[in-house]
Amino acid sequence: MKEKPILLNEEGLRVDGRKLDELRSIEIKVGVLKNADGSAYIVQGKNKIMVAVYGPRELHPRHLSLPDRAVLRCRYHMAPFSVPERKSPAPSRREVELSKVIRQALEPALFLEMFPRTSIDVFIEVLQADGGTRCASITAAAVALADAGIPMRDLVAAVAVGKIDGKIALDLNHLEDQYGEADIPVAMMPGLNQITLLQADGLITIEELKEVLELAKAGIMQIYKKQKEALKSKYIGSGEELG
Amino acid sequence: MPVFFTQRQIVAPGDLLAEGNYNLGNNVYSIDGKIYSSVLGLAEIREGRIITVIPLKGCYIPKVNDIVIGKVVDVGIASWLIDINSPYTGYLQVTDALSKPVDITKIQLRKFLDIGDIIVAKVIAFDLMRDPQLTIKESKLGKVERGSLVEISPVKVPRVIGKRGSMISMLERELDCEIIVGQNGRILVTGKNKARELFAVRLIKMIEKEAHVTGLTDKIKNIIIKAKKEGVI
Repeated sequence: MKEKPILLNEEGLRVDGRKLDELRSIEIKVGVLKNADGSAYIVQGKNKIMVAVYGPRELHPRHLSLPDRAVLRCRYHMAPFSVPERKSPAPSRREVELSKVIRQALEPALFLEMFPRTSIDVFIEVLQADGGTRCASITAAAVALADAGIPMRDLVAAVAVGKIDGKIALDLNHLEDQYGEADIPVAMMPGLNQITLLQADGLITIEELKEVLELAKAGIMQIYKKQKEALKSKYIGSGEELG
Repeated sequence: MPVFFTQRQIVAPGDLLAEGNYNLGNNVYSIDGKIYSSVLGLAEIREGRIITVIPLKGCYIPKVNDIVIGKVVDVGIASWLIDINSPYTGYLQVTDALSKPVDITKIQLRKFLDIGDIIVAKVIAFDLMRDPQLTIKESKLGKVERGSLVEISPVKVPRVIGKRGSMISMLERELDCEIIVGQNGRILVTGKNKARELFAVRLIKMIEKEAHVTGLTDKIKNIIIKAKKEGVI
């Protein structure tokens, strides 16, 4: 492992010049794919992620269908060119796990019981990765699901909060994730104030965790606003030209 | 009992619409007396107490007594499978298709309906446990022999029909054609004059695109009058 870089400078700014409680710049576009029922494209810092949603549609193979609700299927996939070193296009252990984690973060928001025996498919393609892709994926997937017209309790927004050089920081990038002390992705349904995903990697005290959740919530609120703006702007004024 | 939106305001899933004792319309849900939207759409309050959201997108979920326009995708031993532009495939039994009882061991079902045929049908049973059952044994139902088929988003169907059928009856009157609107978003236009029939198809596509515009019926009517004056149709 290379030597640990300085994550916080004397002025308390991070490697990309952000403050501790500052998000990366976020841009969300809705309805970018013509053939999908719903789609979204998110650029969060150096992350670029495309999400396509299909459904509710007939489920194949049929025996997987559930008699009382729809099946939500997620595929998180990283493009071979998304990271500095070529990534094999075959789904890795990590991608399989993230697919499941993302599915479980989105599931509580959907009224799956309205469409028994069908499937809703979410395809997440990471085109460029720079840390926090699972959170950006959840944020974009929620927007794509809403764009597909699928009934939801609320949108789901997500952000990772971590600890770098002993300080709690919002929205970690790849470098901070790799050399920081802790990384905690949080997904929420902000309108309902419910957490749908909480993971933790690294060492952190209970007091710090409380601080982490507060900071995550503040960040998620900002992302939630962007999600709604993106959805609504598609149908207002020149929003049609997006994508 | 506060309401947090203006009439026909665009709302996203999870937007708080109102608080208090309102009736729930479509695409809304409530928790602890708070009413939220569940889809991306236009919020409306009807008769001062029903809160509803008109969706901007969505698929067709069959309802009993709906008229749908379907396409035969498979022929079975005693039934046909019909694609009705929905997550659920419709099925049409021989007894719901032919007026006389027949011996299915002797006849070929393909002679009545073959793969690719278009039918106008009615949903007679659907309970989310089984696939929607269709019938074509009523008047105006059955195999489609001629006309043009338009496919639009199922959520825009009410707009094409208009208030109490105003839009559709105007189109039929002005363009001298018959229009059958399937609730699943497929619309069949049959007219004596081919040019007018195709003009109606174009107008229906336009209605779908401009569904949010107010006073659309008059706008469409003016387009027809103008086209007639110019002798295009």
